[in-house]
Amino acid sequence: MKTVQYTITDPVGLHARPAGLFVKAAAAYESGITVKNLENGKSADAKRIMAVMALGVKQGNQIELSVEGPDEDIAAAELEAFLKEKL
Amino acid sequence: MEVYHGKSVLQGIAIGKLYVFQKKESAWKKHSIADADAETVRFEDARGKALSQLDELYDKALSQVGEENAMIFDVHRMMLEDQDYLDAIEARIRTEMVNAEYAVTVTGEEFSATFSSMDDEYMQARAADVLDISGRVVRILEGLDEGGLNTPEPVIVLAEDLTPSETIRMDKSKIMAFVTRQGSANSHTAILARSLNIPSLVNADIRIDASYHGKEAVVDGKDGILIVEPDHETLRQKEKEREAMQREQERLRSLIGKDNVTKDGRSILLYANMGNVEDVDKVLENDAGGIGLFRSEFLYLGREDFPTEEEQFAAYKTVVSRMEGKRVIIRTLDIGADKKADYFHLDTEENPALGYRAIRICLTRPEIFKTQLRAIYRASAFGNVAVMFPMIVSVDEIRRAKAVVEEVKAELDKENKPYGEVELGIMVETPAAALVSLELAREVEFFSIGTNDLTQYTLAIDRQNQKLEPFYDAHHPAVLSLIEMTIQNGHKAGIWVGICGELAADESLTETFLNMGLDELSVSPSYILNLRDKIRQIGS
Repeated sequence: MKTVQYTITDPVGLHARPAGLFVKAAAAYESGITVKNLENGKSADAKRIMAVMALGVKQGNQIELSVEGPDEDIAAAELEAFLKEKL
Repeated sequence: MEVYHGKSVLQGIAIGKLYVFQKKESAWKKHSIADADAETVRFEDARGKALSQLDELYDKALSQVGEENAMIFDVHRMMLEDQDYLDAIEARIRTEMVNAEYAVTVTGEEFSATFSSMDDEYMQARAADVLDISGRVVRILEGLDEGGLNTPEPVIVLAEDLTPSETIRMDKSKIMAFVTRQGSANSHTAILARSLNIPSLVNADIRIDASYHGKEAVVDGKDGILIVEPDHETLRQKEKEREAMQREQERLRSLIGKDNVTKDGRSILLYANMGNVEDVDKVLENDAGGIGLFRSEFLYLGREDFPTEEEQFAAYKTVVSRMEGKRVIIRTLDIGADKKADYFHLDTEENPALGYRAIRICLTRPEIFKTQLRAIYRASAFGNVAVMFPMIVSVDEIRRAKAVVEEVKAELDKENKPYGEVELGIMVETPAAALVSLELAREVEFFSIGTNDLTQYTLAIDRQNQKLEPFYDAHHPAVLSLIEMTIQNGHKAGIWVGICGELAADESLTETFLNMGLDELSVSPSYILNLRDKIRQIGS
């Protein structure tokens, strides 16, 4: 299993639009991906948009991705790059 | 004549007939079913149709309001493919043996409740999205059409609330204003109103009722009011105001993209003052050449604790990136005097304007100063950043501030964090700074004259004190000569000089400033085009 931690810098946080992009990106991998908002301890399946939005991730919150599956290495690396670029 | 109040989304006046937009009533009732498989198929069919409607809406929105605003329909599409949502609906159909309309509605309400219970205005607005997608599926199940606007002439749309799919289906040429009883500045109606540039009120204190339909009304975004059946005199008055605003707006908009050059060929930089990150919209909209004053204290006010380096970095980075290489001058923390935050634990002072504030706090509490400078320098990797220090009175203060800057740069080098070339400047807002401006100019790369404080300190007049108003002279020769002296000394040392106080927007002084050789004026975004207009008329 791979984990990635990232602090959201986008001023609106992980809301509808960015959450949509993120979920789309996550859905492209075979691995199971869990995203956790370290601020409130809630976690969600990264491939499910409503659950991801309900994490209430705001700017400044730290999130943790846990990636497990056949393509976990590449999924973790690419999602981390995605977060850095978009969020 | 009835007058209602609401939150204005956009300035401007619309005069026309009200169009009460009411959703077609759904007629479905909860009933039990015999064949869950068949009901699931019914739901899946409806969902398929909803998805293709959303594709269509996305394309439509893309051409009407741009990708940013169209994205919401993409999000809706994803919500309609959300496995948790679909599982919940199917489970309800199968375990309760109920019709799809009921299962979808109840599930939608349940998911929507999760969002509306979150203590975040933006997320609460998302609750409407979940209801919107559920409503779409239910309408398809029922065989109902989505209603657009059925009107030959442009109208003022009056509604309880509007969903994105409702607003996007409306023929935009038929909408002169929106008034909704619900909604927030973050609602899609508000966002759409901004992108269409039409006046709108949200959160209006009016009970929506079909009897308003067809009545004459005025929406005045300037005052945030809706007037139903205005009397003759009010109507005439509003018509006049509208015409004047339109003419003026058109004339000013035509100046976008034009230079700030006088008729005799002198040019000046025209920058914008801003505080909140969202103000960048206005800065760009009004075609400012840069940001001449980013009041960073807005990041510190109205909160419980210091903003972290990451939070500040995110804010600066957003602003700097959005300005795409145009200069962004960030003024370091100017807190104290009339701007206070409890967590700074500042003492109550007899004379706060002459007290512990701005650079004086930063130099004695370096941990605060360093956090901010680190965030600013890191953001400088993303564009063109300048920093200015407020309330400077001596060379020594500049040197001490620069020493902290050097520490910050060394730290960032060590951590391998990139930063760009950052111009350093100061605010000249004390008579002392103006008087020793030649010495100060040798230490920095630019001056920005803060005329509000400079005037108050020069005249020894507290501007908050209304009793002193008769003594206050914004154009006092002492102030003007300090300004002139500062410009001259700056130029002698080879640096550029601007003004970012209220006087910068004072059109009666624009020519005087140009004659003094001033290099830059920084004003609130809404003054930019007015000032450009003024500058272009000077000289012959």
